[in-house]
Amino acid sequence: MKLETRRVTKRYGDFLALDGASFQTGKDARVVALLGPSGGGKSTLLRVLGGLLLPESGEVVVNDQPLPQEPNEALKTLRKNGFVFQGYNLFPHLSALQNIVLPLCVVHGFSEPEAKERALELLKRLGLEEHFHKRPAELSGGQQQRAAIARALAPKPDLLLLDEPTSALDPVMTGEVLDVIRELAEGGQQIVLATHEISFARKVADWVVFLAKGRVEESCAAEQFFEQPNSALAREYLDGLSRYR
Amino acid sequence: MNHPPTRRLLWSFALMAAVSLGLYITFAAVHYSWNWSSVWGYRSQFIWGWFTTLGISLGAMVVSIMVGFALMIGRRSTCMPLHLLSTGIVEVLRGSPLLVQLLLGYYIVATALHVGDPLVVGTVLLGCFEGAYLAEIFRGAVESIGASQREAARAVGFDTAQTYRYVIIPQAVRRALPGTTGQMVSLIKDSSLLSVIGIEELVQKVRIMNSSSYTALEGYLPLAVAYLVVTIPLSWYARKLERRFAYET
Repeated sequence: MKLETRRVTKRYGDFLALDGASFQTGKDARVVALLGPSGGGKSTLLRVLGGLLLPESGEVVVNDQPLPQEPNEALKTLRKNGFVFQGYNLFPHLSALQNIVLPLCVVHGFSEPEAKERALELLKRLGLEEHFHKRPAELSGGQQQRAAIARALAPKPDLLLLDEPTSALDPVMTGEVLDVIRELAEGGQQIVLATHEISFARKVADWVVFLAKGRVEESCAAEQFFEQPNSALAREYLDGLSRYR
Repeated sequence: MNHPPTRRLLWSFALMAAVSLGLYITFAAVHYSWNWSSVWGYRSQFIWGWFTTLGISLGAMVVSIMVGFALMIGRRSTCMPLHLLSTGIVEVLRGSPLLVQLLLGYYIVATALHVGDPLVVGTVLLGCFEGAYLAEIFRGAVESIGASQREAARAVGFDTAQTYRYVIIPQAVRRALPGTTGQMVSLIKDSSLLSVIGIEELVQKVRIMNSSSYTALEGYLPLAVAYLVVTIPLSWYARKLERRFAYET
Protein backbone atom coordinates (compact mmCIF):
# COMPACT_ATOMS: atom_id res chain seq x y z
CA MET A 1 0.00 0.00 0.00
CA LYS A 2 0.97 3.60 -0.40
CA LEU A 3 -0.07 6.19 2.17
CA GLU A 4 0.18 9.91 1.75
CA THR A 5 -1.04 13.05 3.49
CA ARG A 6 -0.73 16.61 2.20
CA ARG A 7 -0.72 19.46 4.72
CA VAL A 8 -3.34 17.83 6.96
CA THR A 9 -4.61 19.83 9.94
CA LYS A 10 -6.93 18.68 12.68
CA ARG A 11 -7.97 20.63 15.80
CA TYR A 12 -9.64 19.64 19.05
CA GLY A 13 -10.97 22.97 20.28
CA ASP A 14 -7.88 25.15 20.62
CA PHE A 15 -5.44 22.24 20.46
CA LEU A 16 -3.81 21.73 17.10
CA ALA A 17 -3.35 17.95 16.93
CA LEU A 18 -2.11 17.87 13.35
CA ASP A 19 -0.40 20.99 12.08
CA GLY A 20 0.03 20.63 8.34
CA ALA A 21 1.27 17.03 8.50
CA SER A 22 2.64 15.78 5.18
CA PHE A 23 4.35 12.50 4.33
CA GLN A 24 4.47 9.82 1.72
CA THR A 25 5.38 6.17 2.17
CA GLY A 26 7.08 4.00 -0.39
CA LYS A 27 4.89 2.18 -2.95
CA ASP A 28 4.72 -1.19 -1.26
CA ALA A 29 4.80 -0.44 2.47
CA ARG A 30 3.04 -3.27 4.32
CA VAL A 31 3.46 -2.34 7.98
CA VAL A 32 3.69 1.39 8.68
CA ALA A 33 4.65 2.40 12.22
CA LEU A 34 3.66 5.82 13.55
CA LEU A 35 6.20 6.76 16.21
CA GLY A 36 6.83 9.82 18.33
CA PRO A 37 6.31 11.38 21.75
CA SER A 38 2.85 11.39 23.42
CA GLY A 39 0.65 14.23 22.25
CA GLY A 40 2.59 14.40 18.98
CA GLY A 41 -0.37 13.47 16.79
CA LYS A 42 0.09 9.71 16.24
CA SER A 43 -3.43 8.72 17.25
CA THR A 44 -5.00 11.56 15.29
CA LEU A 45 -3.00 10.75 12.15
CA LEU A 46 -3.99 7.09 12.48
CA ARG A 47 -7.69 8.04 12.66
CA VAL A 48 -7.36 10.40 9.71
CA LEU A 49 -5.61 7.72 7.61
CA GLY A 50 -8.38 5.23 8.36
CA GLY A 51 -11.20 7.69 7.63
CA LEU A 52 -12.42 7.73 11.24
CA LEU A 53 -11.70 11.46 11.59
CA LEU A 54 -12.13 14.00 8.83
CA PRO A 55 -9.35 16.61 8.73
CA GLU A 56 -10.19 20.33 8.66
CA SER A 57 -7.89 20.86 5.72
CA GLY A 58 -5.42 18.92 3.63
CA GLU A 59 -5.67 15.72 1.69
CA VAL A 60 -5.29 12.04 2.54
CA VAL A 61 -4.36 9.69 -0.29
CA VAL A 62 -4.39 5.90 0.05
CA ASN A 63 -3.03 3.91 -2.89
CA ASP A 64 -3.27 7.04 -5.07
CA GLN A 65 -6.99 7.43 -4.25
CA PRO A 66 -7.92 10.57 -2.25
CA LEU A 67 -10.15 9.80 0.77
CA PRO A 68 -13.60 11.39 0.45
CA GLN A 69 -14.37 14.33 2.75
CA GLU A 70 -18.15 13.95 2.61
CA PRO A 71 -19.30 12.09 5.78
CA ASN A 72 -21.43 9.42 4.04
CA GLU A 73 -18.74 8.65 1.50
CA ALA A 74 -16.14 8.66 4.27
CA LEU A 75 -18.22 6.04 6.14
CA LYS A 76 -18.05 3.76 3.08
CA THR A 77 -14.24 4.03 3.04
CA LEU A 78 -14.09 3.59 6.80
CA ARG A 79 -16.02 0.31 6.50
CA LYS A 80 -13.16 -1.20 4.49
CA ASN A 81 -10.79 -0.64 7.43
CA GLY A 82 -10.47 -2.25 10.85
CA PHE A 83 -9.59 -0.34 14.03
CA VAL A 84 -8.12 -1.44 17.34
CA PHE A 85 -7.82 1.06 20.20
CA GLN A 86 -5.69 1.43 23.29
CA GLY A 87 -8.70 0.97 25.60
CA TYR A 88 -10.07 -2.07 23.62
CA ASN A 89 -13.47 -0.32 23.27
CA LEU A 90 -15.47 -3.53 23.05
CA PHE A 91 -19.21 -3.11 23.58
CA PRO A 92 -19.65 -4.03 27.28
CA HIS A 93 -23.26 -5.22 26.95
CA LEU A 94 -22.36 -7.85 24.35
CA SER A 95 -20.38 -11.10 24.57
CA ALA A 96 -17.07 -11.44 22.73
CA LEU A 97 -18.89 -13.38 19.99
CA GLN A 98 -21.70 -10.81 19.66
CA ASN A 99 -19.14 -8.00 19.50
CA ILE A 100 -17.84 -9.57 16.28
CA VAL A 101 -21.13 -10.88 14.87
CA LEU A 102 -23.16 -7.66 15.21
CA PRO A 103 -21.09 -5.43 12.87
CA LEU A 104 -20.74 -8.29 10.37
CA CYS A 105 -24.53 -8.65 10.17
CA VAL A 106 -25.51 -4.99 10.41
CA VAL A 107 -22.75 -3.34 8.37
CA HIS A 108 -21.37 -6.02 6.07
CA GLY A 109 -24.55 -7.94 5.22
CA PHE A 110 -23.49 -11.34 6.58
CA SER A 111 -26.24 -13.77 7.56
CA GLU A 112 -26.24 -14.71 11.25
CA PRO A 113 -24.80 -18.25 10.71
CA GLU A 114 -22.10 -16.94 8.33
CA ALA A 115 -21.15 -14.22 10.81
CA LYS A 116 -20.98 -16.72 13.70
CA GLU A 117 -18.82 -19.07 11.68
CA ARG A 118 -16.42 -16.25 10.76
CA ALA A 119 -16.34 -14.96 14.36
CA LEU A 120 -15.67 -18.39 15.87
CA GLU A 121 -12.94 -19.05 13.31
CA LEU A 122 -11.18 -15.82 14.35
CA LEU A 123 -11.71 -16.32 18.07
CA LYS A 124 -10.17 -19.77 17.70
CA ARG A 125 -7.23 -18.38 15.74
CA LEU A 126 -6.62 -15.79 18.48
CA GLY A 127 -6.90 -18.38 21.27
CA LEU A 128 -10.26 -17.23 22.62
CA GLU A 129 -12.53 -20.12 21.60
CA GLU A 130 -13.31 -20.99 25.22
CA HIS A 131 -14.27 -17.42 26.05
CA PHE A 132 -16.62 -16.59 23.16
CA HIS A 133 -19.69 -16.31 25.42
CA LYS A 134 -18.06 -13.97 27.96
CA ARG A 135 -18.71 -10.26 28.23
CA PRO A 136 -15.68 -7.94 28.10
CA ALA A 137 -15.60 -7.42 31.88
CA GLU A 138 -15.10 -11.19 32.32
CA LEU A 139 -11.99 -11.18 30.10
CA SER A 140 -8.42 -10.13 30.96
CA GLY A 141 -6.97 -7.05 29.27
CA GLY A 142 -4.99 -9.18 26.83
CA GLN A 143 -8.05 -11.28 26.00
CA GLN A 144 -10.15 -8.15 25.48
CA GLN A 145 -7.56 -6.72 23.12
CA ARG A 146 -7.39 -9.98 21.17
CA ALA A 147 -11.20 -9.98 20.93
CA ALA A 148 -11.00 -6.38 19.67
CA ILE A 149 -8.46 -7.46 17.05
CA ALA A 150 -10.78 -10.31 16.03
CA ARG A 151 -13.64 -7.79 15.67
CA ALA A 152 -11.48 -5.56 13.48
CA LEU A 153 -10.29 -8.48 11.32
CA ALA A 154 -13.68 -10.12 10.86
CA PRO A 155 -14.77 -8.23 7.71
CA LYS A 156 -11.31 -8.82 6.13
CA PRO A 157 -10.23 -5.16 6.18
CA ASP A 158 -7.91 -3.67 3.55
CA LEU A 159 -6.09 -1.85 6.32
CA LEU A 160 -5.81 -2.77 9.99
CA LEU A 161 -5.15 0.34 12.09
CA LEU A 162 -3.93 -0.19 15.65
CA ASP A 163 -3.70 2.74 18.06
CA GLU A 164 -1.24 1.92 20.85
CA PRO A 165 -2.79 -1.54 21.22
CA THR A 166 -0.59 -2.58 24.14
CA SER A 167 -0.32 0.63 26.17
CA ALA A 168 -2.90 -0.50 28.72
CA LEU A 169 -1.46 -4.01 29.13
CA ASP A 170 1.09 -5.59 31.47
CA PRO A 171 4.24 -7.14 29.91
CA VAL A 172 2.82 -10.68 29.66
CA MET A 173 -0.39 -9.52 27.99
CA THR A 174 1.61 -7.15 25.80
CA GLY A 175 3.56 -10.17 24.58
CA GLU A 176 0.31 -12.05 23.78
CA VAL A 177 -1.02 -9.18 21.72
CA LEU A 178 2.25 -8.40 19.94
CA ASP A 179 2.52 -12.09 18.91
CA VAL A 180 -0.87 -11.79 17.27
CA ILE A 181 0.07 -8.59 15.44
CA ARG A 182 3.36 -10.08 14.23
CA GLU A 183 1.58 -13.14 12.86
CA LEU A 184 -0.87 -10.90 11.04
CA ALA A 185 1.94 -8.83 9.57
CA GLU A 186 3.78 -11.96 8.46
CA GLY A 187 0.54 -13.25 6.96
CA GLY A 188 0.44 -10.22 4.65
CA GLN A 189 -2.11 -8.02 6.45
CA GLN A 190 -1.57 -4.33 5.70
CA ILE A 191 -1.13 -2.57 9.03
CA VAL A 192 -0.78 0.95 10.37
CA LEU A 193 0.46 0.86 13.95
CA ALA A 194 0.83 3.76 16.37
CA THR A 195 3.03 2.53 19.19
CA HIS A 196 5.69 3.20 21.83
CA GLU A 197 7.00 -0.37 21.51
CA ILE A 198 10.15 0.59 19.62
CA SER A 199 11.76 -2.84 19.54
CA PHE A 200 8.53 -4.35 18.24
CA ALA A 201 8.19 -1.68 15.59
CA ARG A 202 11.75 -2.42 14.57
CA LYS A 203 10.86 -6.11 14.08
CA VAL A 204 7.67 -5.74 12.06
CA ALA A 205 7.56 -2.30 10.41
CA ASP A 206 8.91 -1.63 6.95
CA TRP A 207 8.13 2.10 7.01
CA VAL A 208 8.26 4.62 9.85
CA VAL A 209 6.48 7.96 10.15
CA PHE A 210 7.87 10.00 13.06
CA LEU A 211 5.63 12.75 14.44
CA ALA A 212 6.16 15.50 17.01
CA LYS A 213 3.95 18.49 17.81
CA GLY A 214 1.50 17.65 15.05
CA ARG A 215 4.10 17.62 12.29
CA VAL A 216 5.78 14.78 10.44
CA GLU A 217 9.46 15.10 11.30
CA GLU A 218 10.58 12.11 9.35
CA SER A 219 9.13 9.52 6.99
CA CYS A 220 11.44 6.81 5.70
CA ALA A 221 12.10 3.09 5.40
CA ALA A 222 12.19 1.48 8.86
CA GLU A 223 15.71 0.16 8.49
CA GLN A 224 17.04 3.62 7.76
CA PHE A 225 15.04 5.22 10.58
CA PHE A 226 16.36 2.88 13.24
CA GLU A 227 19.95 2.90 11.93
CA GLN A 228 20.35 6.57 11.16
CA PRO A 229 17.44 8.94 11.74
CA ASN A 230 17.82 12.29 10.04
CA SER A 231 15.93 14.48 12.44
CA ALA A 232 17.47 15.49 15.75
CA LEU A 233 14.11 15.01 17.51
CA ALA A 234 13.92 11.39 16.31
CA ARG A 235 17.47 10.68 17.49
CA GLU A 236 16.63 12.15 20.90
CA TYR A 237 13.41 10.09 21.06
CA LEU A 238 15.15 6.82 20.19
CA ASP A 239 17.96 7.50 22.67
CA GLY A 240 15.45 8.29 25.41
CA LEU A 241 13.51 5.08 24.80
CA SER A 242 16.52 2.79 24.57
CA ARG A 243 18.14 4.09 27.76
CA TYR A 244 16.44 1.47 29.99
CA ARG A 245 15.92 -1.33 27.47
CA MET B 1 -26.41 -5.86 49.01
CA ASN B 2 -26.59 -9.66 49.02
CA HIS B 3 -27.72 -10.61 52.50
CA PRO B 4 -28.72 -14.21 53.28
CA PRO B 5 -32.48 -14.59 52.55
CA THR B 6 -33.52 -15.92 55.96
CA ARG B 7 -31.88 -13.04 57.80
CA ARG B 8 -33.46 -10.62 55.38
CA LEU B 9 -36.89 -12.14 55.96
CA LEU B 10 -36.49 -12.08 59.75
CA TRP B 11 -35.49 -8.42 59.70
CA SER B 12 -38.40 -7.54 57.40
CA PHE B 13 -40.88 -9.15 59.81
CA ALA B 14 -39.28 -7.52 62.83
CA LEU B 15 -39.41 -4.07 61.24
CA MET B 16 -43.01 -4.52 60.07
CA ALA B 17 -44.04 -5.64 63.56
CA ALA B 18 -42.33 -2.61 65.11
CA VAL B 19 -44.00 -0.18 62.68
CA SER B 20 -47.43 -1.82 63.23
CA LEU B 21 -47.01 -1.55 66.98
CA GLY B 22 -46.07 2.13 66.63
CA LEU B 23 -49.13 2.80 64.48
CA TYR B 24 -51.39 0.93 66.90
CA ILE B 25 -50.13 2.97 69.85
CA THR B 26 -50.60 6.21 67.91
CA PHE B 27 -54.17 5.37 66.91
CA ALA B 28 -55.02 4.17 70.43
CA ALA B 29 -53.76 7.50 71.83
CA VAL B 30 -56.25 9.57 69.77
CA HIS B 31 -59.25 7.27 70.49
CA TYR B 32 -60.38 7.15 66.86
CA SER B 33 -63.66 5.28 66.60
CA TRP B 34 -63.66 3.08 63.53
CA ASN B 35 -66.76 2.68 61.44
CA TRP B 36 -65.89 0.10 58.79
CA SER B 37 -69.46 -1.06 58.19
CA SER B 38 -70.58 2.24 56.67
CA VAL B 39 -67.84 2.20 53.98
CA TRP B 40 -68.27 -1.48 53.09
CA GLY B 41 -71.25 -0.62 50.93
CA TYR B 42 -69.02 1.46 48.66
CA ARG B 43 -66.61 -1.36 47.83
CA SER B 44 -67.66 -1.70 44.18
CA GLN B 45 -67.14 2.07 43.68
CA PHE B 46 -63.73 1.75 45.28
CA ILE B 47 -62.72 -1.13 43.00
CA TRP B 48 -64.03 0.73 39.96
CA GLY B 49 -61.93 3.76 40.96
CA TRP B 50 -58.89 1.52 41.39
CA PHE B 51 -59.26 0.13 37.85
CA THR B 52 -59.70 3.66 36.49
CA THR B 53 -56.47 4.76 38.19
CA LEU B 54 -54.71 1.66 36.86
CA GLY B 55 -55.97 2.22 33.31
CA ILE B 56 -55.02 5.91 33.27
CA SER B 57 -51.61 5.13 34.72
CA LEU B 58 -50.83 2.42 32.17
CA GLY B 59 -51.91 4.65 29.31
CA ALA B 60 -49.96 7.63 30.65
CA MET B 61 -46.85 5.46 31.10
CA VAL B 62 -46.87 4.54 27.42
CA VAL B 63 -47.44 8.21 26.47
CA SER B 64 -44.75 9.43 28.87
CA ILE B 65 -42.09 7.06 27.51
CA MET B 66 -42.83 8.14 23.93
CA VAL B 67 -42.90 11.84 24.88
CA GLY B 68 -39.74 11.47 26.99
CA PHE B 69 -37.89 9.76 24.16
CA ALA B 70 -38.98 12.35 21.60
CA LEU B 71 -38.02 15.27 23.88
CA MET B 72 -34.65 13.65 24.65
CA ILE B 73 -33.91 13.36 20.90
CA GLY B 74 -35.03 16.98 20.46
CA ARG B 75 -32.88 18.20 23.35
CA ARG B 76 -29.83 16.48 21.84
CA SER B 77 -30.54 17.69 18.32
CA THR B 78 -28.04 19.95 16.59
CA CYS B 79 -30.93 21.67 14.77
CA MET B 80 -31.32 24.83 16.85
CA PRO B 81 -35.10 25.44 16.58
CA LEU B 82 -35.80 21.80 17.50
CA HIS B 83 -33.35 21.96 20.40
CA LEU B 84 -34.85 25.21 21.73
CA LEU B 85 -38.42 23.96 21.32
CA SER B 86 -37.72 20.72 23.19
CA THR B 87 -35.83 22.53 25.96
CA GLY B 88 -38.72 25.00 26.31
CA ILE B 89 -41.31 22.22 26.50
CA VAL B 90 -39.29 20.33 29.13
CA GLU B 91 -38.84 23.45 31.27
CA VAL B 92 -42.49 24.51 31.08
CA LEU B 93 -43.87 21.03 31.75
CA ARG B 94 -41.50 20.39 34.65
CA GLY B 95 -41.64 23.88 36.07
CA SER B 96 -45.39 24.47 36.22
CA PRO B 97 -47.97 22.71 38.42
CA LEU B 98 -49.69 19.65 36.94
CA LEU B 99 -52.96 21.10 38.27
CA VAL B 100 -52.64 24.15 36.00
CA GLN B 101 -51.61 22.00 33.03
CA LEU B 102 -54.68 19.79 33.52
CA LEU B 103 -57.09 22.74 33.81
CA LEU B 104 -55.65 24.64 30.83
CA GLY B 105 -55.16 21.48 28.79
CA TYR B 106 -58.68 20.20 29.34
CA TYR B 107 -60.82 23.34 29.43
CA ILE B 108 -58.91 25.37 26.82
CA VAL B 109 -56.71 23.24 24.53
CA ALA B 110 -58.89 20.12 24.37
CA THR B 111 -62.05 22.20 23.98
CA ALA B 112 -60.46 24.14 21.14
CA LEU B 113 -59.49 20.86 19.48
CA HIS B 114 -63.00 19.44 20.11
CA VAL B 115 -61.73 16.51 22.17
CA GLY B 116 -64.32 15.89 24.84
CA ASP B 117 -63.34 12.67 26.60
CA PRO B 118 -61.68 13.64 29.93
CA LEU B 119 -60.12 10.16 30.24
CA VAL B 120 -58.24 10.53 26.96
CA VAL B 121 -57.23 14.15 27.62
CA GLY B 122 -56.20 13.42 31.21
CA THR B 123 -54.11 10.41 30.19
CA VAL B 124 -52.29 12.38 27.48
CA LEU B 125 -51.70 15.41 29.76
CA LEU B 126 -50.37 13.25 32.58
CA GLY B 127 -48.17 11.39 30.08
CA CYS B 128 -46.72 14.67 28.78
CA PHE B 129 -46.02 15.97 32.29
CA GLU B 130 -44.15 12.82 33.35
CA GLY B 131 -42.54 12.57 29.90
CA ALA B 132 -40.72 15.85 30.52
CA TYR B 133 -39.05 14.33 33.59
CA LEU B 134 -38.28 11.14 31.68
CA ALA B 135 -36.67 13.17 28.88
CA GLU B 136 -34.04 14.38 31.33
CA ILE B 137 -33.54 10.91 32.85
CA PHE B 138 -33.08 9.47 29.35
CA ARG B 139 -30.77 12.33 28.32
CA GLY B 140 -28.56 11.76 31.36
CA ALA B 141 -28.36 8.05 30.57
CA VAL B 142 -27.55 8.58 26.87
CA GLU B 143 -24.93 11.22 27.59
CA SER B 144 -23.26 8.98 30.17
CA ILE B 145 -22.26 6.56 27.38
CA GLY B 146 -18.70 7.68 26.75
CA ALA B 147 -17.07 9.08 23.63
CA SER B 148 -14.96 5.91 23.30
CA GLN B 149 -18.11 3.82 22.79
CA ARG B 150 -19.34 6.21 20.10
CA GLU B 151 -15.94 6.09 18.43
CA ALA B 152 -15.88 2.29 18.59
CA ALA B 153 -19.34 2.19 17.01
CA ARG B 154 -18.20 4.48 14.21
CA ALA B 155 -15.01 2.42 13.79
CA VAL B 156 -16.94 -0.81 13.16
CA GLY B 157 -18.89 1.08 10.52
CA PHE B 158 -22.19 1.94 12.24
CA ASP B 159 -23.99 5.08 11.04
CA THR B 160 -25.68 7.36 13.58
CA ALA B 161 -28.98 5.46 13.71
CA GLN B 162 -27.20 2.11 14.06
CA THR B 163 -24.97 3.54 16.79
CA TYR B 164 -28.04 4.55 18.81
CA ARG B 165 -29.87 1.32 18.16
CA TYR B 166 -27.11 -1.19 18.83
CA VAL B 167 -24.67 0.59 21.14
CA ILE B 168 -26.07 3.60 22.99
CA ILE B 169 -29.69 2.70 23.76
CA PRO B 170 -29.02 -0.85 25.06
CA GLN B 171 -26.46 0.58 27.49
CA ALA B 172 -28.50 3.67 28.35
CA VAL B 173 -31.63 1.63 29.19
CA ARG B 174 -29.84 0.01 32.09
CA ARG B 175 -28.68 3.37 33.45
CA ALA B 176 -32.11 4.95 33.02
CA LEU B 177 -34.03 2.12 34.73
CA PRO B 178 -33.84 3.21 38.41
CA GLY B 179 -34.84 6.80 37.63
CA THR B 180 -37.59 5.69 35.30
CA THR B 181 -39.09 3.39 37.95
CA GLY B 182 -39.25 6.27 40.42
CA GLN B 183 -40.95 8.41 37.81
CA MET B 184 -43.53 5.68 37.10
CA VAL B 185 -44.36 5.44 40.80
CA SER B 186 -44.81 9.24 40.85
CA LEU B 187 -47.02 8.99 37.79
CA ILE B 188 -49.37 6.55 39.47
CA LYS B 189 -49.73 8.84 42.46
CA ASP B 190 -50.01 12.01 40.34
CA SER B 191 -52.97 10.46 38.51
CA SER B 192 -55.04 11.40 41.59
CA LEU B 193 -55.00 15.03 40.36
CA LEU B 194 -57.09 14.04 37.35
CA SER B 195 -60.17 14.44 39.54
CA VAL B 196 -60.01 18.19 38.79
CA ILE B 197 -61.17 17.54 35.24
CA GLY B 198 -64.01 15.33 36.43
CA ILE B 199 -62.43 11.88 36.27
CA GLU B 200 -63.64 9.65 39.07
CA GLU B 201 -60.41 7.82 39.76
CA LEU B 202 -59.55 6.16 43.05
CA VAL B 203 -58.93 9.28 45.19
CA GLN B 204 -62.09 10.97 43.95
CA LYS B 205 -64.12 7.83 44.67
CA VAL B 206 -62.75 7.77 48.22
CA ARG B 207 -63.58 11.46 48.72
CA ILE B 208 -67.15 10.81 47.57
CA MET B 209 -67.35 7.78 49.84
CA ASN B 210 -66.00 9.69 52.85
CA SER B 211 -68.38 12.60 52.46
CA SER B 212 -71.46 10.44 51.98
CA SER B 213 -70.69 8.00 54.80
CA TYR B 214 -69.28 10.62 57.25
CA THR B 215 -65.98 8.75 57.60
CA ALA B 216 -62.33 9.75 57.03
CA LEU B 217 -59.62 7.18 57.69
CA GLU B 218 -61.84 4.24 56.71
CA GLY B 219 -61.46 5.48 53.16
CA TYR B 220 -57.91 6.77 53.22
CA LEU B 221 -56.19 3.74 54.75
CA PRO B 222 -57.53 1.34 52.07
CA LEU B 223 -56.60 4.07 49.54
CA ALA B 224 -52.96 3.95 50.63
CA VAL B 225 -53.01 0.14 50.48
CA ALA B 226 -54.59 0.22 47.01
CA TYR B 227 -51.72 2.38 45.72
CA LEU B 228 -49.04 0.27 47.42
CA VAL B 229 -50.52 -2.87 45.85
CA VAL B 230 -49.49 -1.40 42.48
CA THR B 231 -46.34 0.57 43.30
CA ILE B 232 -44.49 -2.09 45.32
CA PRO B 233 -44.77 -4.81 42.62
CA LEU B 234 -43.71 -2.18 40.08
CA SER B 235 -40.54 -1.42 42.04
CA TRP B 236 -39.92 -5.13 42.52
CA TYR B 237 -40.31 -5.79 38.81
CA ALA B 238 -37.96 -2.89 37.99
CA ARG B 239 -35.28 -4.33 40.25
CA LYS B 240 -35.69 -7.67 38.46
CA LEU B 241 -35.24 -5.89 35.12
CA GLU B 242 -32.16 -4.09 36.43
CA ARG B 243 -30.62 -7.43 37.35
CA ARG B 244 -31.40 -8.79 33.90
CA PHE B 245 -29.65 -5.84 32.25
CA ALA B 246 -26.76 -5.90 34.70
CA TYR B 247 -23.24 -6.31 33.39
CA GLU B 248 -19.91 -5.09 34.63
CA THR B 249 -18.42 -2.12 32.84
